[in-house]
Amino acid sequence: MTDYTRIARDGLWDNNIVFGQLLALCPLLAVTGTATNGLGMGLATTVVMILSGLAVALLRGVITPEIRIPAFVLIIAAIVTVVDMTMNAYLHDLHKVLGLFIPLIVTNCAILGRAEAFASRQSAPAAGFDGLMMGLGFTAALVALGGVREILGAGTLFANASLLLGDGLAWLELELIPNYDGFLLLILPPGGFIVLGFLLAAKNALDAKAAPAAPADPTHERIEQVFTAGPLLPTGDKGA
Amino acid sequence: MSEMVEMRRAAAKGFAVAQERAGEIAMKAGAALRRGGRLARLALRRGRRWFLKGGRDLLQRLAALKGAPAHHGAVLAGFALAAAWLLAASNEGTREAIAARAAEDLQRSLGQVAPAALREGGFEAGSVAFAEGERKVHRAMKDGAVAAVAFETVAQGYAGEIRLLLGVDPSGALLGVRVLSHSETPGLGDKIETSKSDWADGFEGRSLTNPLPEGWAVRKDGGVFDQFSGATVTPRAVIDGIRSGLEFFAERRAELLLLEPSPAPAPAAPQTKAAEP
Repeated sequence: MTDYTRIARDGLWDNNIVFGQLLALCPLLAVTGTATNGLGMGLATTVVMILSGLAVALLRGVITPEIRIPAFVLIIAAIVTVVDMTMNAYLHDLHKVLGLFIPLIVTNCAILGRAEAFASRQSAPAAGFDGLMMGLGFTAALVALGGVREILGAGTLFANASLLLGDGLAWLELELIPNYDGFLLLILPPGGFIVLGFLLAAKNALDAKAAPAAPADPTHERIEQVFTAGPLLPTGDKGA
Repeated sequence: MSEMVEMRRAAAKGFAVAQERAGEIAMKAGAALRRGGRLARLALRRGRRWFLKGGRDLLQRLAALKGAPAHHGAVLAGFALAAAWLLAASNEGTREAIAARAAEDLQRSLGQVAPAALREGGFEAGSVAFAEGERKVHRAMKDGAVAAVAFETVAQGYAGEIRLLLGVDPSGALLGVRVLSHSETPGLGDKIETSKSDWADGFEGRSLTNPLPEGWAVRKDGGVFDQFSGATVTPRAVIDGIRSGLEFFAERRAELLLLEPSPAPAPAAPQTKAAEP
């Protein structure tokens, strides 16, 4: 029985690729100089995550555990390349904006991570839905990070959004701080790390407020046990 | 008379014997046929059993192979084959459309680097062979003379080549500059695209004498052109690329503008080596 509410909650908040799993930080820092770029990268990644989730779930009977990693990489790389070529041919204007980001999607470890952790063990509809939710969560994180960096770094929000979304959404482009000189640090990758740190802290604070009496995560307890217990392998018991 | 009777009797007897023999033969033949049929059925059954057993063995052997390196290799090879087929098919399916889009882009860029009045007849795509290699040159003709020349030049940017299209009028002044392709950092270096910023419009009307050579640099380096916050390498590269493109034009002005009778079929290799590779 598949719990779709749980999948949605995981993808959007609890187990969010960026704020929950801390994955995909390389493309994250590279493209979130502006909210528009984050949105474009997020949408393209979402499409690839849905398709790769479906493909991996449908082929999970054929893929043996030993070769799953190369098989997943092959599937994801093939899908990304096909999406790239199709967009270049039939959505040319969008491709001109997103084209720089699409090859970056292959390097996104979150897609491989979802294929490994979820899609290879679930039915195709569940895997596709998980791809959609993880992708939307990733998009939201990219837009949030890009928005903060853009506002503080350049004084604008959603600059050039009409290139990506069409002229109908040109009203999204805001110049929040007129004649702003810009704060270069936030546009450059270190600024990405700094903003990410603050956003992570905010999410943790929100979570802590929402569930003040919740029992600690058993994983953390386990980790503490391991660290306090010394060597991982019980050599003392077997050595005798 | 009695002879006739005797003959008839003998004939009847002979006939009876023959009939009896024929019956025996028929019975033997029938028995043989039945035996043959039994044998054939037996053989068929045996064959089927042997065949089924063989098949079962084969399946068992394949099942035993599962998890063996050969099985992994076969599955992975199957995936690689399927992926290669998928990529080849989608490349085949999109190649024409992509080439058409690229050609449209080029025509649009050509339209942008020269004002409408100068390109009544449209640009004539072509290439000119120079000593250092062939170069794509697009000429706009008006009243039998070249009214504008558009050619590509390459600058070395922060993250790879930046392909620029320069539109130049016969006097050597820039009509316009457009970036055809680049891989600069999104959000920083991509302001050289006219869709993101009007920076590239600042080159209109510039030439090798306007500004003078020392002015062909970003403000930070004492020049007259703006840099971007966060990206200095990119505008520097574009400015250098444009200047070397203009130098190329100045050197090859006669050939580009078709001022001399064109050196028929094989273009004579020009003596001077261009400053720009």
